[in-house]
Amino acid sequence: MTQELILFFILAAVAIVTAISMLVSKNSIYAVMFLVLNFVTVAVLYLLLNAAFIAMVQVTVYAGAIMVLFLFVIMLLGAEKAEKGKDLPWQGPLAILLGGALVLELGYIIFSQQRGLLPGIEAVSESFGSPASIGDVLFNRYLVPFEVTSILLLVAMVGAIILTRDEREEKS
Amino acid sequence: MSIPTSYLLALSAMLFIIGAVGVLTRRNTIVIFMSIELMLNSANLAFITFARAFESLTGQVMVFFVIAVAAAEVAVGLALIVTIFKSKRSIDIDQISDLRG
Repeated sequence: MTQELILFFILAAVAIVTAISMLVSKNSIYAVMFLVLNFVTVAVLYLLLNAAFIAMVQVTVYAGAIMVLFLFVIMLLGAEKAEKGKDLPWQGPLAILLGGALVLELGYIIFSQQRGLLPGIEAVSESFGSPASIGDVLFNRYLVPFEVTSILLLVAMVGAIILTRDEREEKS
Repeated sequence: MSIPTSYLLALSAMLFIIGAVGVLTRRNTIVIFMSIELMLNSANLAFITFARAFESLTGQVMVFFVIAVAAAEVAVGLALIVTIFKSKRSIDIDQISDLRG
């Protein structure tokens, strides 16, 4: 068992435990914190897979910006404990049953069906996944999608402002 | 020498399923939203794994786009949740049933 494999198992255990903790925690603030921990763990996995730039984007954009936005909204609404009233009685068991079925299906596909088709992880050059190489691909082959992304972000920004605008002030 | 591809895909699948079960079981809209983020994140992990296995940077660029789209989606989605909370004083998903036929 190599160092990388041991590290992978530790990270995988942390990722799955934090994901399940996010699911079962009653307080939304704790759920956000568990999700941040999960994202950082996955970012370390990205580092193991030669994706340093994506790992940094994951930490800054996902764990930093997006999850802070979640925290802001939860604290703004005071919605830490929003779940009152009764669950549907069959909802939980049915969801776990369907999830178990999906585990079996995906496990079958990943571990038996496609075994010969999956390439192994071989050694690659040091520059694979570096910011320079990502930028090279992003601004040459994927320039148009990149520009479309900027328009999408602008539309999302305008949409968020319009949705949360206070209409009473406009009438007066 | 290193991690088998199938293990990484299995981890990605596990995270996706946890996210899916979260969407199915929780009733707090914000937690449902976070479960969706978890599912997007697991898809990103699969992308990075395949990018590494096939030694193609396209997978990593795709993850970059997914993160940008997720940021846009979260901004609009949370704005919607704030608007719903303003009118209903609740973010319980069961309360949001005005469109029921």
